[in-house]
Amino acid sequence: MDKVELRFTGSGGQGVIMATIILAEAAYEDKLQAVQCQSYGPEARGGMCKAECIIYDKPIMYTKVILPNLLLALTQEALDKYVTSLQKNATILVDSEINVPEPIKEKYNVISIPILESASEVIKNPMSANIISVGAVNEILHIASKESLEEAVLNHVPKGTGELNLKALNLGAQLVRNYKK
Amino acid sequence: MATRFHLLQGNEACVEGAIAAGMKFYAGYPITPSTEIAERSAVRLPQVGGKFIQMEDEIAGIAAALGASVAGLKAMTATSGPGFSLKQENIGYASIAEIPIVIVDVQRAGPSTGLPTSPSQGDYMQSKWGTHGDHPVIVISPSSVQECYNLTVRCFNMAERFRVPVIFLMDEIVGHLREGCELIPPEELEINNRIEGNITGMTYAVSEGNYVPEFAAFGEGERYNVTGLFHDDTGFPTNDNTITRNQERRLMDKIRMRRDRIMQWEEKDCEDADVIIVCYGGTARSVMGAMEEASKMDFLKIGMFRPITVWPFPEKALEKLSKKCKHILVAEHNNGQMLLEVQRVVKDNCPVSFIGKIDGTTLTPDDILTKITEVY
Repeated sequence: MDKVELRFTGSGGQGVIMATIILAEAAYEDKLQAVQCQSYGPEARGGMCKAECIIYDKPIMYTKVILPNLLLALTQEALDKYVTSLQKNATILVDSEINVPEPIKEKYNVISIPILESASEVIKNPMSANIISVGAVNEILHIASKESLEEAVLNHVPKGTGELNLKALNLGAQLVRNYKK
Repeated sequence: MATRFHLLQGNEACVEGAIAAGMKFYAGYPITPSTEIAERSAVRLPQVGGKFIQMEDEIAGIAAALGASVAGLKAMTATSGPGFSLKQENIGYASIAEIPIVIVDVQRAGPSTGLPTSPSQGDYMQSKWGTHGDHPVIVISPSSVQECYNLTVRCFNMAERFRVPVIFLMDEIVGHLREGCELIPPEELEINNRIEGNITGMTYAVSEGNYVPEFAAFGEGERYNVTGLFHDDTGFPTNDNTITRNQERRLMDKIRMRRDRIMQWEEKDCEDADVIIVCYGGTARSVMGAMEEASKMDFLKIGMFRPITVWPFPEKALEKLSKKCKHILVAEHNNGQMLLEVQRVVKDNCPVSFIGKIDGTTLTPDDILTKITEVY
């Protein structure tokens, strides 16, 4: 397989770190190699947040992502900052509220779906935006099996929210499939 | 835990290693990027019949852990740079009173509060020289999550066997890295326990064939004195020159005479390397990334020499390599600390260059390859 290098970005509190942990854990469960790390500021909420995950079928030496083949941006600020360093033909997954400049749309595979709105309006829980994102990313890149991904989600969400979050996971995949149409 | 294989953070794997080694007590004060060690210890210790205490500061953290160790439990404390500075006095106390303890320092950037969430290796020299006075030192540094597990076990083994404080010198890179880790059960690991014994009235006497006093758990029968002053076999202070000289010599020799068994290092592709990169801890991942990149193109042959035991420094092994290779590059996330040790060992055997980074990010494979083309 080609090395999968993911960079998830957004605002602190949106759960982008957790999203990369879930994907890494699911891939590891599927016997792939996975590393996950993050960078964040000292503040607990609101600062810019970046989390990364590399998935490969061989040992992973350098643990940081240099040029991702998929960038997830949940805020305009995050997109503007991180859009400048991407692999050729990378995919950019953004919330549909984010303005993606035309040259970027021409250069990369941009997928714009209503992640934040769906979390609030469909799942009725804004905190599920990260799980919707996980479902969407896995639908785009087919990293982990459905079973492993669901198990990883259930390992990390609060008790009593499992069903809701599995719904969010499926919704993410659905949004990507619909976007393709 | 159902299976042996888990995706864990380096900090989490450190706690699992400590539990496997038999840790029964943790006291500390949480600080980024080591906080997950306190958090997981708080969850895991009660599950194995141990105790976790969050103390009022870092000094109290190590002090409580030392108390638990004197009372017979395997104990650990963890911190980052600012807290590591505060713990220095008690590290010296543990050295002279011969109290086994594991001190984890997950290094972060800068002096003082610096950059709390960013990587650095600025405490390398401090880990040896941070506490005052001549004292024996064992410092071990991991470069993967698996090593965070395995080497924490080793830290406890060394601490208990030699009755010394052992410093586990992690950095933010491995501390916050998540990757696969095999939680090897204790029955498949080598676990050393302190030699227990009870020579009435002579708690610091070393019996024939031993290199440290046998350990009498404080409060379990024997009444004795524990002090930071030079002391005789009873544990009470003394100014006697002969006793002092002998005690100081024994404290140093218990490590010095056994350094060949203590030191561990990794040599990767060093045999016919043009350039050998010396690195440790999380920096090794940047170096291995550079080696991977170099192997894909027409580049010089690069090897890596990675001290795992960073103190005592594996000098003979490096000296030997320095006579065979053409150039040595030291890579650290600081301004050049192990560099001084490498220069001392290599002398004029080959040129030594340095690459460091302190800006809150890690050295990239590209940074390293570019540096090699500049200096070689």
